[in-house]
Amino acid sequence: MGAAFAVTRRQFLKTGGALVVGFSLADSIAEAMGHSMPFVPRDFKSVDAWLAIDGNGRVTVYSGHVELGTGVETALTQMVADELDVPFTAVSIIQGDTLLTPDQGPTWGSLTIQVAGLQLRKAAACAKRALLALASKELSAASSNLEIENGVISGAGKHITYASLTKRHALEVPFDEKVELKKPDAFRIVGKPIARVDIPGKVTGEFIYMHDFEVRGMLHGRVVRPAAMQAKLESVDDVAAQKISGFVATVVKGNFVGVVAATEWGAIKAMEAIRCKWSDWSGLPAMDQVYASVKKTRVEQTITPMKEGDAASALDSAAKRLKATYEYPVQTHGSIGPSCSIADVRHDRVLIWSASQSTHWTQRQIAKMLGMHPEQVRIIYLEGAGCYGRNGHEDATADAVVLSQAIGRPVRVQWTRQDEHGWDPKAPPYVADLEGALDADGNVLAWNFAAWLPFRIGGTVDVPLLAQDLVQGDVAVQASDNMNAGTMESDAKPPYRFPNVLSTVHRVASTPFRPSWLRSPGRMQNTYANECFMDELAAAAGADPVAFRLKHLKDDRGAHCITTCVKAAGWQARPSPNKDAGTGDVVSGRGFAYVFYDNARTYVSAVCEVEVNRKDGHVRATRFVIGHDCGLVINPDGVRAQIEGGIIQTLSRTLIEEVKWDASRVTSVDWASYPILAFDAVPKIEIALIDRPDQPAWGAGEPICAVVPSALANAIFDATGARMRTAPYTPDRVKAALARL
Amino acid sequence: MVAPYRRRPHLKQRMLRQDTGAAVYIKGAETMKTFTLQVNGNGRQVTAEPDMPLLYVLRNDLNLRGPRFGCGLGQCGACTVIIDGKAARSCITPLSSVGRKAVTTLEGLGSSRRPHRIQKAFIDAQAAQCGYCINGMIMTAKAFLDRNPRPSEGEVRRALAGNLCRCGTHPRIIDAVMRAARES
Repeated sequence: MGAAFAVTRRQFLKTGGALVVGFSLADSIAEAMGHSMPFVPRDFKSVDAWLAIDGNGRVTVYSGHVELGTGVETALTQMVADELDVPFTAVSIIQGDTLLTPDQGPTWGSLTIQVAGLQLRKAAACAKRALLALASKELSAASSNLEIENGVISGAGKHITYASLTKRHALEVPFDEKVELKKPDAFRIVGKPIARVDIPGKVTGEFIYMHDFEVRGMLHGRVVRPAAMQAKLESVDDVAAQKISGFVATVVKGNFVGVVAATEWGAIKAMEAIRCKWSDWSGLPAMDQVYASVKKTRVEQTITPMKEGDAASALDSAAKRLKATYEYPVQTHGSIGPSCSIADVRHDRVLIWSASQSTHWTQRQIAKMLGMHPEQVRIIYLEGAGCYGRNGHEDATADAVVLSQAIGRPVRVQWTRQDEHGWDPKAPPYVADLEGALDADGNVLAWNFAAWLPFRIGGTVDVPLLAQDLVQGDVAVQASDNMNAGTMESDAKPPYRFPNVLSTVHRVASTPFRPSWLRSPGRMQNTYANECFMDELAAAAGADPVAFRLKHLKDDRGAHCITTCVKAAGWQARPSPNKDAGTGDVVSGRGFAYVFYDNARTYVSAVCEVEVNRKDGHVRATRFVIGHDCGLVINPDGVRAQIEGGIIQTLSRTLIEEVKWDASRVTSVDWASYPILAFDAVPKIEIALIDRPDQPAWGAGEPICAVVPSALANAIFDATGARMRTAPYTPDRVKAALARL
Repeated sequence: MVAPYRRRPHLKQRMLRQDTGAAVYIKGAETMKTFTLQVNGNGRQVTAEPDMPLLYVLRNDLNLRGPRFGCGLGQCGACTVIIDGKAARSCITPLSSVGRKAVTTLEGLGSSRRPHRIQKAFIDAQAAQCGYCINGMIMTAKAFLDRNPRPSEGEVRRALAGNLCRCGTHPRIIDAVMRAARES
């Protein structure tokens, strides 16, 4: 079996004759996301990560964060290569291997560049300082008289390479949090639109995705899903399945039913041929009652992200008072490639290949499921299709583990499209009530926000594994004491200054579907509510929506982001709705939205232009103009790609996406019943990227998503005078809103 | 009969291999038949179930992993190959229907060393994020540009209308196809 089952990281790395830097990630992630969040990194104090330079001058970075298709592999490489003064091509990154890389938490929250990347820069700076000190001795020259270029240290007419130093000196360098970093004017690679390292392989079929990986002797597995979400297995008839060519075994454990076959097609046909009898279950709320049902759910805990002044009294005494409720639907991650994993379960150790965004969390979950120690489980990360949060990868991994353990062979599980749409954990239904008041001068006097979100949002609670629940004979999806939808209360407080503010989040005990985080979890929904309501207040005050926001904003950097955006968009100051929207069937409008992400990082402003067909209710976003300030930009093309992607994906979610269900299970289980935006509906996108090389690099990717729904809703109001408060904005909903005018 | 593992060239040392040494036998293999396919200009013999979709033949028997499994329903386009000049969904194309028709996969266009001009345009436009849908985008674009070498942007959008992308790479994909058209 060789190195893949190596017992310790030390054995595997064999770091002799190299320079290595150890560092601890401390509390940087909690800090990055703002202190208000209950995210407490587990084990960070004891974690070492490594950067190693070998005797050939090759730099290897061991990263717990992984490439999910967003370009971070390229950007992290840029950061390390620049800080270390080596060529871009000298650096390679090993990602998400539980044996080799540190547990840096899941790759989520647009934190990879901001937190992991900064730590890597510091590790590189520590390495460079140590190499300079060595060179100083060998060249008999003061460090201050030495220069470094492409891994060559020179001065006093002499030079020496990193490679020759690391070949002769094995040294471990402690990580120094306070190490001096390169000044922005010395950057050579950071800030450049370096082409992504993975794209040539991805456009030629040479790139190895999780789905492409093969283990000799592996079998193919598929799982038979229950007929209803919490149905119990009554009987299994696999007579027909046994006749399928390649059939190996039917695996039944508790409510878990799977098949294993020698070929992938055999597994698919056997899965389809199995006849199971399931108990009846019909406990889901009616779709049209979902938000009411959320509000009726038992509240475990109520938290107050913000309280200033006395919002209740101010509301009662105000000249003008407004009220609105915003709803955002249950949605699926919709990965184009359904989840996939391979597991090889032995009696005392387990080897897994997975596209999980959190291999270390999954390692612990799988170990717990098998009654093993986490160190007996090694997960090797291989990139899958984009997941945009916690999709089905971890569940496919658990499925493969159950099947491999049952038959004693490595098993590959490829989820079906119906598995992915029907059984991935979902973004939970969202509802928020807002109330506000204006004083006689048209200023916001009071603001009252209340949202209903799943209990234990955030923290390090895992999303329960489907297979584990099924095997234990428990119901498949309801695990109210163990759910995690991401830190969804973030951005529940408005980014503006009002004299009286109350922001409340009710954490409900359960939610219809197993919840998890989906790109910009909660921040998008909260910003949707905040920015739509801000727009309603601006309209009530008869004010231009941008001027109204600027009036209430006490943040110069945020204001700069806003003015940069509206200037690029050619924004004409006037109140909404647009009196000159047109008189034909198709009317046009523009909307604005703003966010200070997590109330702690990355400013985004958006202008959205729409056309609304008043006759058929069809909404078309024609143009987005974005102001985006994420501090130091590592790779401008990478940031632009993330902004474009975030706009289009969130536009799709807001215009057309909604999980559908009956009383028993999800019924939108393919792309026909859960469509996403196609090429014809893609808007023109213009981006004003504000680069601040002297500032820390903040996250990009998620922040843009937060402003899309509200900018769109506000544009529809500008065009039609109708407020869209429930997404998605299907033609029927738009027509209904127009009919209410 | 599991296809033997073959090492494939890759830009980075991403490929890992595990050899359990176990042989796999297929029960009920008598329903399999032998077919000779024309793939990327070569005759390739495979023994498989006649109703097996072409996708699994290409990926698992011929080790051509460019075409990808996305839905198995012909809805998303990730599995697209070109059959006799037309873009086709290999996930719903039974092996028995292919016959002697010429099948082209992503690998048949070019490699990272010698990319086809459409592949090069996708690299130049940096038109991939997770990249899982990109096979379908390139293969659909190839069949389309062969018929319509000088399309308008609107025609490109319509040609790709049946291909789904979840990362939101659409503007760059359009850009890449327009670039490829200009450079032909």
